[in-house]
Amino acid sequence: MSEVVEAGHATHDDHHDHGPDKGLARWLFTTNHKDIGTLYLWFSFTMFLIGGVLALVIRAELFQPGLQFVNPEFFNQMTTNHGLIMVFGAIMPAFVGLANWLVPMMVGAPDMALPRMNNLSFWILPFAFAMLISTLFMEAGGPNFGWTFYAPLSTTYAPETVTYFIFGVHLMGASSIMGSINIIATILNMRAPGMTLMKMPLFVWTWLITAYLLLAVMPVLAGAVTMMLFDIHFGTSFFNAAGGGDPVMFQHIFWFFGHPEVYIMILPAFGVVSQIIPTFSRKPLFGYDSMVYATASIAFLSFIVWAHHMFTVGMPLAGQLFFMYATMLIAVPTGVKVFNWVSTMWQGAMTFETPMLFAIAFVILFTIGGFSGLMLAITPADYQYHDTYFVVAHFHYVLVPGALFSIIAAVYYWLPKWCGRMYDESLGKLHFWLSFIGVNVTFFPQHFSGLAGMPRRIPDYALQFADFNMLSSIGAFIFGFSQVFFLYVVIKAIRSGKPATDRVWEGAHGLEWTLPSPAPYHSFTHPPKITDAEAHS
Amino acid sequence: MPKVNIRRLTPVARLCVGFVLALVAVGAGADELNMTRGVTEISRSIFDLHMYIFWICVVIGIIVFGAMFWSLIHHRKSAGVTPAKFHESTKLEIAWTLVPTLILIAIAWPATQVLVAMYDTGGEDMTVEVRGYQWKWQYKYLDEDYNSTFYFFSNLATPQEEIRGQAEKGEFYLLDVDEPLRIPTNRKVRFLITAEDVIHAWWVPEFGIKRDAVPGILNDLWTIVPEPGIYRGQCTELCGKDHGFMPIVVHAMPEDEYDAWYAERLAAEEERKRALSKTFTEEELMAEGEAVYATYCASCHMPNGMGVPPVFPALDGSPIATGPREAHLDVIVNGVYGTAMQAFGEQLDAAQIAAVTHYERHAWGNDADDVTQPKDVIEFMSSQQ
Repeated sequence: MSEVVEAGHATHDDHHDHGPDKGLARWLFTTNHKDIGTLYLWFSFTMFLIGGVLALVIRAELFQPGLQFVNPEFFNQMTTNHGLIMVFGAIMPAFVGLANWLVPMMVGAPDMALPRMNNLSFWILPFAFAMLISTLFMEAGGPNFGWTFYAPLSTTYAPETVTYFIFGVHLMGASSIMGSINIIATILNMRAPGMTLMKMPLFVWTWLITAYLLLAVMPVLAGAVTMMLFDIHFGTSFFNAAGGGDPVMFQHIFWFFGHPEVYIMILPAFGVVSQIIPTFSRKPLFGYDSMVYATASIAFLSFIVWAHHMFTVGMPLAGQLFFMYATMLIAVPTGVKVFNWVSTMWQGAMTFETPMLFAIAFVILFTIGGFSGLMLAITPADYQYHDTYFVVAHFHYVLVPGALFSIIAAVYYWLPKWCGRMYDESLGKLHFWLSFIGVNVTFFPQHFSGLAGMPRRIPDYALQFADFNMLSSIGAFIFGFSQVFFLYVVIKAIRSGKPATDRVWEGAHGLEWTLPSPAPYHSFTHPPKITDAEAHS
Repeated sequence: MPKVNIRRLTPVARLCVGFVLALVAVGAGADELNMTRGVTEISRSIFDLHMYIFWICVVIGIIVFGAMFWSLIHHRKSAGVTPAKFHESTKLEIAWTLVPTLILIAIAWPATQVLVAMYDTGGEDMTVEVRGYQWKWQYKYLDEDYNSTFYFFSNLATPQEEIRGQAEKGEFYLLDVDEPLRIPTNRKVRFLITAEDVIHAWWVPEFGIKRDAVPGILNDLWTIVPEPGIYRGQCTELCGKDHGFMPIVVHAMPEDEYDAWYAERLAAEEERKRALSKTFTEEELMAEGEAVYATYCASCHMPNGMGVPPVFPALDGSPIATGPREAHLDVIVNGVYGTAMQAFGEQLDAAQIAAVTHYERHAWGNDADDVTQPKDVIEFMSSQQ
């Protein structure tokens, strides 16, 4: 066996193609999982800053009651594009980027299973977002109907540029589908011998399940926007009541995609946190098996709870009860995960480097978002919460200190492995505290303005909401600028950080830490031997 | 070394104390921080449910975060501990699956009861159709056979100057309308909710009712308001540009007052129908036209008639407002398909359309040499059929 491997190695060496191409061609034509991962991550960060600027336009307008900076129609374009860019441009590509970098290294593979498709799935994205964002500069204005684009506001009453939006969404969907096929193929076919499914690191597990969710629901989204396209241009009436269609059907289709979509944005985050907490607790992950089962249960439940986004559309009582009970059930596997993380920390020997700080904040703040989620699940109470800032607070708590904090934690955690250099720990901690304070000052008051009755998506508000909005805007600017600081910390690390060791963290387990830092261009040209120590932490 | 870490934890602990205090403030019922208790039986049972779940979450939070912070403080490497090796416990894992399930059942039970009570429609004393328009509400009072007796629009009454910061904002900034929905207290009022154009949502927090107004679909809701008063809410489904500017105001009146108002309103309806055959002076047309324009047209075409080109064209000097009247009436009555210009033929009566048409043709720099009377509008509309 070893002879065969040695021989293979010798012939492989003859190609002399181990390093990357030079210049722009490296990035345009690359089929290397690390290059593509890097592209995804930088693209995602760029989108994050653009989406953040839109958010700051929103918060600047909402700083005080009255219209100060923008008109209502432009405000609607800001909320819509902020949502679309953050969901499809920042969070999702960031996780795909992490998967590209880490999955091959974690399962002991040389690269992704389908490298050319990998290149395509990335390079579609800049075009998709160029189309979407270009509409903001067109005469008719960009999409202004909310990221949920409910018909008929997004069809009969939409600006002409809606067609760009539809094709943009189609492209993003194609990119996601290709990305997820690639991840599934890599995980199922490219694991090193001995890396059984139940030995995979939890990040790999959560991504495997996420990839199946993507495969299942992105075509549904494509169907929804195609029906919109036909309603707008080809005279059909899928969503037009006057022609025999049904605007509520749009919402059912959208949320059949949309609810799994929100788990697409959080399951890989669970994976990241499940890697980081054991490392800095110096103790194995508590309840690995139940973590896997809980992730699978959450994924299954995500398909049967969609109408809890639509409690006010006027469903029959039986439907309301079903969706209420099913939604409440999600609390059980999610609770299992939180209990497991706390038990992992319990009696560990913890240190609090930046990735750990972000991971701990994730557990606390995501749980707060989970509590408001449970409250929202209760149909009668939801009548009062629905479409108010309480909902805005809820989903920002699970997406910002949830999904986004996990991505930032992942960057701090694996950056030394990626570039071979350490970030500056004090700067990282400063970034953490600024972000932590910023995020809470921004979103915690929104619970109160929502309960007091402030609707979402309004450019101006009644006077009783003024204090909370001012506070929220101040927090948003603190948070926004601290992410520019994050950029500085990362660039400083890449340029002049101290060299990192291979293991990087004292308590790190997993195959990626057996590679040199920075990781070689091709990860494992020989399948590594899987020992229990190197299996999941 | 341990000192440094404790210091680093302190801000977390402080923030957590802050959180708990804020939560307690909510729990103690600080009104401006919490959901309204409202005035109806339904809204109060929703409030109780909300507080019940809230306290369950607080207790769970204290247990989970308490354990976590205990661990963060005591199980630090700098405290010199050796990490334990355990990584599972079947008993514990079964327990923390079962206990939350039981808690959920304890939440689901009262929630189901409240929901069933909310669905107890029927047996109503009167019915009002609520129709969402971009960007106003129409209230239509229906008789026993669901025929319309009269209807009116409820428009935002906050002046543009307050919104644009040119005047001081009033007490009910953005929550005031020109004519509120009036309902009697202590009677079961049924609302049939629908929309004309896009989806809106009708919400009165103090009644604990919210329902989407979906074009082509009739949803129903009901309420019994025990206390007279003025109750305010807002549209809660994104419906386009002025989504934030279509409040809901409900005036719940003692029964006898309501009955008197209703009789008066019915008589006024007869009077309005008679006005359609009247001939007005130019001054009357300009005055009425300016009022109609301010309510229905100014948010897009602007009070000075300059619009917001290219989306909302200027009327001052426009070929439509200065050209042949037929074309001008056509735009107002039928709207412009595929644009934000709505068809006002159904929303305004002939006298209002005549006045606003006359106003637009003579206001600002416009100077058409015609006078538009209600009969001209009726003539135009019947010539279309």
